[in-house]
Amino acid sequence: MEKEKQVPVVEMRSVTKTFPGVIANECVDLSLYAGEVLALLGENGAGKSTLMNVLCGLYRPDEGEIFIRGKKAEINSPRDSQRLGIGMVHQNFKLVDSMTVLENIILGMKDQGFIPDMKKVRAEVATLSEKYNLSVNPDASIWQLSVGEQQRVEILKLLYRKAEILILDEPTAVLTPQESQELSKVIHLMRAEGKSAIFITHKMEEVMTFSDRVMVLRKGKVAAELSTTSTSPRDLAKLMVGREVLFELEKKPFQPGEAVLSLEKVCALDDRGLPALKDVSFEVRKGEIVGIAGVAGNGQRELAETITGLRKLTSGSVRIQQKDVTNAKPLTIIKAGVAHIPQDRASVGAVGDMSVASNLAMKDYRKKPLSIGIFLLPQQILSMAKKLINAFRIATPSPETHVKFLSGGNIQKTILAREIGACKNLLVAVYPSRGLDIGATESVRKQLIEQRDKGLGVLFISEDIDELIQVADTILVMFEGKIMGSVPAASADPEKIGLMMAGVSQLQNEPTDIRQGVIPS
Amino acid sequence: MKPSPRILYIALVSLAAAVAAIGIAAIVLAILGANVFDTFKVILTEPLKDIFGITEILVRAIPLILVGLGIAISFRSGILNIGAEGQILMGIIAAAATAIALPGLPKIVLLPIVFLAGALGGAVWGAIAGYLRAVLGVNEILSTVMLNYIAAQLYGFLLRGPMIDPAELQTGSGTPQSVRLPRSAWIDRIIPGTRLHWGIAVALVLAVLVYILLWRTTWGFKMRAAGAGAKAARYGGIKVEQCLLMAMVLAGAFAGLAGAVEVTGVHRRAIEGISSGYGFSGIVVALFGGLHPAGIVPSAFFFGLLLIGADMTQRMMSIPANMVLVLQGAVILSIISAKMVINDPYAFDKFSRALSRRRKKDESGKTTGETA
Repeated sequence: MEKEKQVPVVEMRSVTKTFPGVIANECVDLSLYAGEVLALLGENGAGKSTLMNVLCGLYRPDEGEIFIRGKKAEINSPRDSQRLGIGMVHQNFKLVDSMTVLENIILGMKDQGFIPDMKKVRAEVATLSEKYNLSVNPDASIWQLSVGEQQRVEILKLLYRKAEILILDEPTAVLTPQESQELSKVIHLMRAEGKSAIFITHKMEEVMTFSDRVMVLRKGKVAAELSTTSTSPRDLAKLMVGREVLFELEKKPFQPGEAVLSLEKVCALDDRGLPALKDVSFEVRKGEIVGIAGVAGNGQRELAETITGLRKLTSGSVRIQQKDVTNAKPLTIIKAGVAHIPQDRASVGAVGDMSVASNLAMKDYRKKPLSIGIFLLPQQILSMAKKLINAFRIATPSPETHVKFLSGGNIQKTILAREIGACKNLLVAVYPSRGLDIGATESVRKQLIEQRDKGLGVLFISEDIDELIQVADTILVMFEGKIMGSVPAASADPEKIGLMMAGVSQLQNEPTDIRQGVIPS
Repeated sequence: MKPSPRILYIALVSLAAAVAAIGIAAIVLAILGANVFDTFKVILTEPLKDIFGITEILVRAIPLILVGLGIAISFRSGILNIGAEGQILMGIIAAAATAIALPGLPKIVLLPIVFLAGALGGAVWGAIAGYLRAVLGVNEILSTVMLNYIAAQLYGFLLRGPMIDPAELQTGSGTPQSVRLPRSAWIDRIIPGTRLHWGIAVALVLAVLVYILLWRTTWGFKMRAAGAGAKAARYGGIKVEQCLLMAMVLAGAFAGLAGAVEVTGVHRRAIEGISSGYGFSGIVVALFGGLHPAGIVPSAFFFGLLLIGADMTQRMMSIPANMVLVLQGAVILSIISAKMVINDPYAFDKFSRALSRRRKKDESGKTTGETA
């Protein structure tokens, strides 16, 4: 490749961006060429998203210049970047839930006029969908779509706006392996047309499969810039973290005891009132990690909520330590020694507007030594918080800092610190390592295994098949609220699990596409 | 020695806020043909010049503190209670009726009973909205505003009918007011010749108690958690509905108590217009005070000052009181905006970077001195 001779489509020169007290990017140089896929690799807080937000006009750099197709560009707002053909799919999708796919696609576009010509939009969107193999029902409301479909809408939105430079912020974090493969096809199609893409990730495997070049960020600075073919996942991990990373986890031999959690024909509804769990039955035994594999939105969150008392069962029963806790109050379940790392960290797992110390006390504040009678003991709460902050290496300016000011990884560590402490019998962990960097993921997995080795039961919900095989003892696959099958992790075949996640049971031979059920043709 | 960026920043923002407030006022006063600076001087300093002004400020501050404390409890618990006005009226009805019914009791027994009755009256009114929200999910803004209307009509009906002073009927003047409360239900005045009464002590003690409740007890912890993140609180085993109900009961009780203290301390009979909008100003006082007792008390004094200042301006500057309300609005908006800007770390960061760039330039040029 003769990239040096071309003019880069994007060139960022010594970009520096600071937030009060934090340097997010320091003198970062980045160039992207036409028809190229650049992976931006780095740990949480390495400054990947900040750099891309600068490029798409959400942040303004303190210093540095941006050149687009060789011309100096002033990008002061997303509208400016859109005009330059830059589009970004954010980690948290920017879609209006109550509006339809088409409405979201034209949302905020000025040239649509006061009354948009929906017929024309529909036809154009249909052409794009077909061309890039991005099928979604254009009239479905966003809330009706799966996360993978929502992502397709985001990409369609960019393509419809004629974006030439696509920025994808951790696009695969929410996808099944199969869906990730689909996405990689889409990206390759776009690349073949001369479009370029930057995608943010902290997964080494994706760097290898998706990208032509990789840039590693560490603590806001460029740690390395390499051609993908000349590197390996292990080297990348080292560059990213700054030290050797363990890929193997040590586990005691699997010796399960009696059942801690037993579910029998559990049925429950989701928030929309549709069946989310259909006759789910399984057991978690002492000293066992039961992994639940499945694409997000197939009943995993509802499963965790029914077990922890946050959601009502419509039928069936839940027993913890042989005691019936069907439809028990959350407090009863907490008192039964069940800890829960919820899917939604920011709004369920933690109270953003309360301090780290208060959040750490959220479950134990009722008991000594944190309170006597109705009176809280602030000194005790503070010293407990300091202890946990040190033990779990939560990066916070002080125990009094409001949780909303912490990074996602540190919020997760705060929740983990509290829940591990509260865990006496069973730990229910829902996507505990989602969005965490290598270092933090490693420590989450270690913690889960430690709980198991201590003889507790662990229910571990994840989308990452490799992670499940590595951590769990038994893997159950969920699809549309049902358990599709159970396999011992030791002899699990990722391919087979992937197929079951897509709704193909072991008995069938002919693979069908998961999406076919959703898209009206 | 150059001032630190922080101090300079606060000074500049405050200056800008003052200019904004005076600017708005100047437009209003120019229309009326009055002098801007004299008017502000009267509003802000005249009430503080004699004992009468100061005691009157405190008299206004008492109900404002009490209502503000209740508002802080409910807002902190995630319930936007706009119903203090109605809760005050229900408190007055309950307190006045109790005092009139038990004239024989000694003051030391009767006053606490009257206070309790007032608090209970407000609490019941608050509990209705709390129950509707917690159990049926009825929006509390809607229910509290509607309950205000109902309370206002009920109050008017009682003062014109069942609770009217029989003397009014005999003389035929028919002023809607109750009989005078028995002397044993009067709160003593602190300084003879003024209206300042011991209700101020009740308000200050309760401010401390509310602080302890919210920040030093498990109940307060639950309520604050429910308010700051209902989902997270439920997940943490907190019964959010119970917290909402309790918050509304307490908020109502404080508003009801404010009514009871006002009727026994100042007017000594239930009359129309007794709440004088304290139920609404109390919300502003509470928000202005950061929903924290340590902020609500000074905030209530400040609002007391504005209320008295407005009265005095009307008399001394012959500016209609309604216009003074416009000035008040401008002052409060400016202060709140300035507070938001001062507390915005991003704006400050930008400012300090611009400042350091400028200072660097100055140093290299050595031509201009300090400009700000």
